[in-house]
Amino acid sequence: MIISIISAIFIGTGIIFFAGAAIGIIRFPDFYTRTHAAGKGDTLSSLLVITGFAIYQLNGFESFSENWPILLVILKLLGVSIFILFTSPTATHALMDAGWEECSKPKIKEGRPNHLGEDSDQF
Amino acid sequence: MSMSVAHFGTASRRILMAQPTSNTKLYRVFVFVLLMVMWVVLSGFFDAFHLSLGLISCAIVVWLSSDLLFEKRHHHLRVRIKQGFGLFAYLIWMIGQIVLSNICVLKLALGDLDKLEPQILRYKCSLNTDFQRFLLANSITLTPGTVTIKIIGDTFYVHAISDETAQGLDGKMENRIKKVFADDYETSTESPA
Repeated sequence: MIISIISAIFIGTGIIFFAGAAIGIIRFPDFYTRTHAAGKGDTLSSLLVITGFAIYQLNGFESFSENWPILLVILKLLGVSIFILFTSPTATHALMDAGWEECSKPKIKEGRPNHLGEDSDQF
Repeated sequence: MSMSVAHFGTASRRILMAQPTSNTKLYRVFVFVLLMVMWVVLSGFFDAFHLSLGLISCAIVVWLSSDLLFEKRHHHLRVRIKQGFGLFAYLIWMIGQIVLSNICVLKLALGDLDKLEPQILRYKCSLNTDFQRFLLANSITLTPGTVTIKIIGDTFYVHAISDETAQGLDGKMENRIKKVFADDYETSTESPA
């Protein structure tokens, strides 16, 4: 019971952050700020949801000799979450870079620096 | 002083030249063990047939491409394992940063959009391997309010979402990474990449 509650808390928090990311993607003004929301929100919320699944697996765990396959499932889920921890920000760079190469213009207010624009003469 | 340093340099280089053969073998065994653990966890079968399949395929992979995992091999394996633990501690710290950055995004997404002050900054780093640069770029992305757009040479172009988060782009994170990989910097002047 306690295990179910803990995993529900993890999954629920993950869903809240997913919702925040989705709202950010809709509301933010330009491509780059939207990618902020997408890249960060997805990383933490997938981590939380998958960790929640891993904790939920502990429910059926009674004795090591009978239930050891559960530990393998948990290890696999944790492996997936570590994989996401590395790949999700990398995917964000790929998106950002593709956006820049495709000349998606960043909305930058007067007085704020745009060093990449200065160095590459694109904007 | 400079004489003694130069002397030390040649001496340590001689040691480096002498070591690779034994180290390469050690690295192969290490990669093999890593792959085998991966195999056992993913397959979940412990009978002789499946384990021997794993042994054969891991051996083939190690034979063909064991040098893809570690670039520099003049370090003893102990150093690598120490770095592995350092990296693990770094990841734990990183998860804390991810939570903070998500709260930041959540606040901005639900709050007043006039608070956004997007800007693109330049950041010079002095890290010397690709993996460390990759780690720094990912860390910049995961800390509150900043995302790496491009890396040209050793210059990072970073998109920051507000003035306040742009302040967070100081050398602290780079120093953390340098501390994890401290052993790569003692000999870095002698063996470029």
